[in-house]
Amino acid sequence: MYKIVRKEVFSPAIKLFEVEAPKIAAKARAGQFFILRVNEKGERIPLTIADFNREAGTITTIFQEVGRTTKDMGRLNVGDCLADVVGPLGEPTTVKNFGRVICVGGGVGVAPIYPIARALKEAGNEVISIIGARSKELLFWEDKMAAVSDRLIVCTDDGSYGQKGFVTDAVKQVAEECEINRVWAIGPMPMMRAMAETTRPLGIKTIVSLNPIMVDGTGMCGACRVSVGGETKFACVDGPEFDAHLVDFDLAMRRLAYYKDEEKRAEAAGSCGNGGACGCHK
Amino acid sequence: MPQVTTRHEMPTQDARERINNFKEVALGYDEETAVAEANRCLNCKKPKCMEGCPVEVPIPEFISLVKKRDFKGAIKKIKTKNSLPAVCGRVCPQENQCEKHCILGKKGEPVAIGRLERFVADYEMAHGGEPAEKQAPTGKRVAVVGSGPAGLTAAGDLAKMGHRVTIFEALHVPGGVLMYGIPEFRLPKDIVQGEIEKIKDLGVEIKTNYVIGKLDSIDELLAEGYDAVFIGTGAGLPYFMNIPGENLNGIYSANEFLTRTNLMKAYRFPEYLTPIKVGERVAVIGAGNVAMDAARTALRLGAKESYIVYRRSEKEMPARREEIEHAAEEGVKFALLTSPVEFHGDENGSLTAMTCIKYELGEPDASGRRRPVPVEGSEYEMKVDNVVLALGQGPNPLVPATTAGLELTKRGNIAADEETGATSKAGVFAGGDIVTGAATVIMAMGAGKKAARAIDEYLRNK
Ligand SMILES: Cc1cc2nc3c(=O)[nH]c(=O)nc-3n(C[C@H](O)[C@H](O)[C@H](O)COP(=O)(O)OP(=O)(O)OC[C@H]3O[C@@H](n4cnc5c(N)ncnc54)[C@H](O)[C@@H]3O)c2cc1C
Ligand SMILES: Cc1cc2nc3c(=O)[nH]c(=O)nc-3n(C[C@H](O)[C@H](O)[C@H](O)COP(=O)(O)OP(=O)(O)OC[C@H]3O[C@@H](n4cnc5c(N)ncnc54)[C@H](O)[C@@H]3O)c2cc1C
Ligand code: SF4
Ligand code: SF4
Ligand code: FES
Repeated sequence: MYKIVRKEVFSPAIKLFEVEAPKIAAKARAGQFFILRVNEKGERIPLTIADFNREAGTITTIFQEVGRTTKDMGRLNVGDCLADVVGPLGEPTTVKNFGRVICVGGGVGVAPIYPIARALKEAGNEVISIIGARSKELLFWEDKMAAVSDRLIVCTDDGSYGQKGFVTDAVKQVAEECEINRVWAIGPMPMMRAMAETTRPLGIKTIVSLNPIMVDGTGMCGACRVSVGGETKFACVDGPEFDAHLVDFDLAMRRLAYYKDEEKRAEAAGSCGNGGACGCHK
Repeated sequence: MPQVTTRHEMPTQDARERINNFKEVALGYDEETAVAEANRCLNCKKPKCMEGCPVEVPIPEFISLVKKRDFKGAIKKIKTKNSLPAVCGRVCPQENQCEKHCILGKKGEPVAIGRLERFVADYEMAHGGEPAEKQAPTGKRVAVVGSGPAGLTAAGDLAKMGHRVTIFEALHVPGGVLMYGIPEFRLPKDIVQGEIEKIKDLGVEIKTNYVIGKLDSIDELLAEGYDAVFIGTGAGLPYFMNIPGENLNGIYSANEFLTRTNLMKAYRFPEYLTPIKVGERVAVIGAGNVAMDAARTALRLGAKESYIVYRRSEKEMPARREEIEHAAEEGVKFALLTSPVEFHGDENGSLTAMTCIKYELGEPDASGRRRPVPVEGSEYEMKVDNVVLALGQGPNPLVPATTAGLELTKRGNIAADEETGATSKAGVFAGGDIVTGAATVIMAMGAGKKAARAIDEYLRNK
């Protein structure tokens, strides 16, 4: 069993768990994720390893409550356990000294961008970080991002904090000021697509971390397939990071929406508190 | 007593009934039928049947005990050689193995060896049995990677030989294809877990959620103090067709389709939270056991029509006869000499139809089967809501790619000695689908058994 040792609530729908998983903590690297099951009847869902503490033997993850599983998670507290945690999965980020880089985190994407920014900083890069959210209450880890960045720009869509506007605007602005050797951008699919279209004309290589629906996370099922440069790739083993300019975002977004009806049913079945066992939401 | 030329029928759930549930199709012999069937066996001095069993089950000896109604003795006898009898009795392709060689098969029907094996294994599960005997501890430790039939067999045998064994399994439950691939209605998951419990009783430790190649490499296992490693990671990499439209919503690999249903119990959604989506018309591409399982699963998940779409003709279908018959009884339709060339979707990116082309059979190819040749201009459209691709599986590269000095074959399988499972790397053995490519449960078990023997010898000489 994988015990939750710390819980933080950033906003009603964005929460942090620090979970006991010593072996994973020892091996995890920036860019990797894990798969969990809340309980015996649960779905396997992937979440990024946003931080790890090798000494304490824990991994940290930040999740947004968007459906049944993440809501079930949100109700757990310190001392509770997750039934299964498997990782570290996926290829780690390619980290070396590229020169000057931008790390962009949109929404809950700040969580996965943090370890990447930290690793790039440690490798000697000049790291400019840009984090954004719809409004001030949804922002988190500004302090942690500042600590691993040479410069940090915060954006909110509604201007309630930092600079008003989208992260793409901020990237454009920075790229006009100085030469950028590489961009990492993680956030909701539409944001990553917009980022690809922002940096494409500027000719800056851009890496995104894709979040397709997954089952096993080891290359066994093909649920996570995405099209990159016209080739089919399995995001769980070939990614999750890919060259943004080669990703077929339309396809990726449509694949994410395939189970919309079932997701609603699963959520409804959980809302009575009986987890579907009573059969009241068949 | 006059020799009965036909075997005793296996009682089965009615086809119309069973397509509405996931319960087991074959119901198993009762005591009387089992004894009557056992009485057909001639107890041959030179039992031909045993030549066909890759794990050397002492067939006439166990059948003699069934005749005497000593069912516990019979299962004990089987267990000296086979640690998964309830599984083998159900899914072994017996017609190509033990039963193919049975002397009675010459004039009539062979003894139903598999059914008898299943009967005594189930008897033990219902009535309890004695734990298998174990040799004194050797103080040696062996790591087994993968908990499919190859890994489980190697682990069970090594534990009986007195070694300390740990299995590392990537998924959250052990069993490999027995859990995630073969459907509940052919191999109930409780049965598989029951067999695995008995392997645990031998002292085998199973670590689930443990992906070798990510959490530890083979070299790290050796460095951490394991004296030998057995790799039984199976053939888990699904093949796709690389034709247009293949990534549309509604197109599943058989692995995904069956994993969602079996391992994750999507057929009990939303009590179990993993969804699966099955429309009215489902086409399964391929005609092996995996394809039959997928087509029959689709019916149980609510498809009105379920098709097997296959490039060759009926004769070449690689699935077991029994599976094809069961599928046909249940209403699975066969579109033979046909294969898709393109998939079409709607504005949401969901599958709506596929363009198929007809084939005819030409000259025999390398496999000895007549090569399918596309018929020009024969394209036609078939409306489908789901497609399941059952085109075979390759080796997952996770372990090979992270193990220095491990020799591979051209297809990416691990190169291992057929008799011992020894690989090019000292102390590392391999067997099952990762070596042979997708094969059978009993072949994987045979490989696990041989490797266990070789590992034991390696450890004693080390
Ligand atoms: C490699 C990887 C890393 C991820 N890291 C994080 C993370 O650090 N924090 C975080 O909050 N989320 C992360 N996700 C997304 C997370 O897995 C999903 O939000 C989760 O599976 C939703 O499950 P649910 O049952 O709560 O919602 P569901 O009811 O299953 O889905 C609700 C809605 O969320 C969307 N959705 C469904 N599955 C996914 C998915 N796999 N990814 C994205 N959106 C999805 C769909 O649009 C769906 O309509 C990651 C996904 C991947 C593949
Ligand atoms: C749908 C289907 C139906 C079938 N029907 C039959 C049948 O009726 N009769 C028959 O005889 N055969 C049948 N087969 C074939 C048979 O199941 C396989 O040949 C057999 O399971 C192979 O056994 P194995 O131990 O080599 O591998 P597997 O059963 O594939 O087990 C491998 C295990 O290793 C684990 N693993 C993989 N990589 C790693 C890693 N890096 N770290 C840790 N663990 C890892 C996997 O998760 C898995 O649990 C069927 C196969 C399928 C898919
Ligand atoms: S293990 Fe399989 S091949 Fe061997 S006797 Fe049993 S059914 Fe026959
Ligand atoms: S060959 Fe047939 S009849 Fe002879 S011992 Fe084996 S099962 Fe019995
Ligand atoms: S999640 Fe199954 S192959 Fe990637």
